[in-house]
Amino acid sequence: MTTATSFTEQSKPEIAVCLEQVVCSFTTSGKTVRAVDQVDLEIAAGEFFSLLGPSGSGKTTCLRLIGGFERPASGVIKLFGADASRLPPFQRELNTVFQDYALFPHMSVLENVGYALMVRGVPKLERIKRATEMLESVKLAGFAARRPAQLSGGQRQRVALARALVNRPRILLLDEPLGALDLKLREEMQIELKALQRELGITFIYVTHDQGEALSMSDRVAVFNHGKIEQMDAPKVLYDAPRTEFVAKFVGSANVIPGVLIGRSGLFALRPENIRVLEGYHNGLSGELLDIHFLGAQTRLEIRVGNERIATLQSGVSHLERGAAVTLEWSEQHLRQLEVSA
Amino acid sequence: MTSASWGLRIAAFLCIFFLHFPLFIIVLYAFTTDDKTYAFPPPGLTLHWFTVAAGRADIWAALWLSVQTALLATAIALVLGTMVAAAMYKAKFWGKESITLLFILPIALPGIVTGIALLSTIRRVNLEPGVLTMVIGHATFCIVTVFNNVVARLRRLSQSQLEASADLGADSWQTFRFVVLPSISTALLAGGLLSFALSFDEVIVTTFTAGTDQTLPIWFLNELFRPRDRPITNVVALFVIAVTLIPILLVQRLTQAGEDLHGGGKTS
Repeated sequence: MTTATSFTEQSKPEIAVCLEQVVCSFTTSGKTVRAVDQVDLEIAAGEFFSLLGPSGSGKTTCLRLIGGFERPASGVIKLFGADASRLPPFQRELNTVFQDYALFPHMSVLENVGYALMVRGVPKLERIKRATEMLESVKLAGFAARRPAQLSGGQRQRVALARALVNRPRILLLDEPLGALDLKLREEMQIELKALQRELGITFIYVTHDQGEALSMSDRVAVFNHGKIEQMDAPKVLYDAPRTEFVAKFVGSANVIPGVLIGRSGLFALRPENIRVLEGYHNGLSGELLDIHFLGAQTRLEIRVGNERIATLQSGVSHLERGAAVTLEWSEQHLRQLEVSA
Repeated sequence: MTSASWGLRIAAFLCIFFLHFPLFIIVLYAFTTDDKTYAFPPPGLTLHWFTVAAGRADIWAALWLSVQTALLATAIALVLGTMVAAAMYKAKFWGKESITLLFILPIALPGIVTGIALLSTIRRVNLEPGVLTMVIGHATFCIVTVFNNVVARLRRLSQSQLEASADLGADSWQTFRFVVLPSISTALLAGGLLSFALSFDEVIVTTFTAGTDQTLPIWFLNELFRPRDRPITNVVALFVIAVTLIPILLVQRLTQAGEDLHGGGKTS
């Protein structure tokens, strides 16, 4: 994790969120499951931090613990240095964009956005002024009088964002905010969210199961599996140097090669794009070409080596044919030894 | 499925006739000129009995008592029913179903059982039967209608809206006031109107808890044994039909509108 902490070491910013040995369990039909299992986490002020993992990995529960919607069974949650473990959501200086947006259906868009100001007793005129400004900044200026039901999914998403930001929180929690949008809109919103975060300079904590989304937007990513953080690093490090088999496979689908295949001990990760495929038998790992998938700019080859299936990616079109005997080559630097989990 | 068969249509009309013919008779004889017997057809039609009824102080007193009781019982039911619904809709605990049943029981029990139970309790605690005891008696079953309406609406309220409200800085009371209350307002109105209608024409529980006071339904029963100015009872009956029918029609419209709203206004 040496590279991961470099972000904090260089600029020495304040720690916005700190989790120490946090445990959160749920009991369903008599069985207790630890959704979050002894998690340690430090998120710096101004960081774009993603919690990445498959469903049920504990990432959303972790976000809800920070937001105050769940109470930790043990451990400490600090916000800007102060213990917030027992604070209810309305006493925490952070706001949330919910997965289903959770807009109030009986209020207009303007009333939704102004809600945080209203409950804090901000006078009506100022409330309208600030909510209107906020709506303008998410490009929804003409929609103030509408009801949430009269908006498209993308517009509701922006209202949810404006509502969460109107009170200028220091931390914004986002729970899979783009999950309900179609691909094109999602890509646009990714760029917009990142730009917004840079402009506002506040801490974004972003939950997603989409590794591409996490890698493209974040300063750092924590990869969750079974309630624990498997690895916490900058996207590039996560991609180039996965520490565990789970991270290697989940982030960018690397090949996990057992050491015996290459005359070593342990497990190794090797990314598809770092493998060269040579025709015929040469010095190196040889196998049989099982499948060819033409993907446009790249071609994906599936090769059987012993009992393993290894995927490779190469640019352009492959002239090889199925069933051909091939040899795999890679440079030593791309081979990553993985920690073997207990 | 645009039209039913002829047999079913006839059956439906017969059913309507069976249900509403007695009501028609009641309404018809409010206008008869004959004050002793219910001769058919009525010898003549008149509005005379309306003026007579309007001049009778005992009717006005009974009406006022009924309205008072119904309003108070409804008010109690609205507050307690909503609180129970709010406590029950989310909670998961062992025996929840049994406790829900305990809340619904008063409306399922025969009125005479509720009546006797209330009467013996009233005697035990040395309460003087009167408006207060009637209101308590009526509230036992009015709470159920409010509870049922509100709990159904609360179950449809998305949890994340409550979380969003808290997240945006609202305390529990503000969340109730600005998010929950608007969502359940039509359910409260529907439950309240039903409660009012239930209380307004209640006889059995009232008989046991009323003491010497006469609500309108009790006045009716007594009047049946004194065959004097008979059509007056029909006039009052007509009035009661109108008073109870209007809230029930309103409730029907409200609950339908609520469902439409729910279907159209769902954001998730």
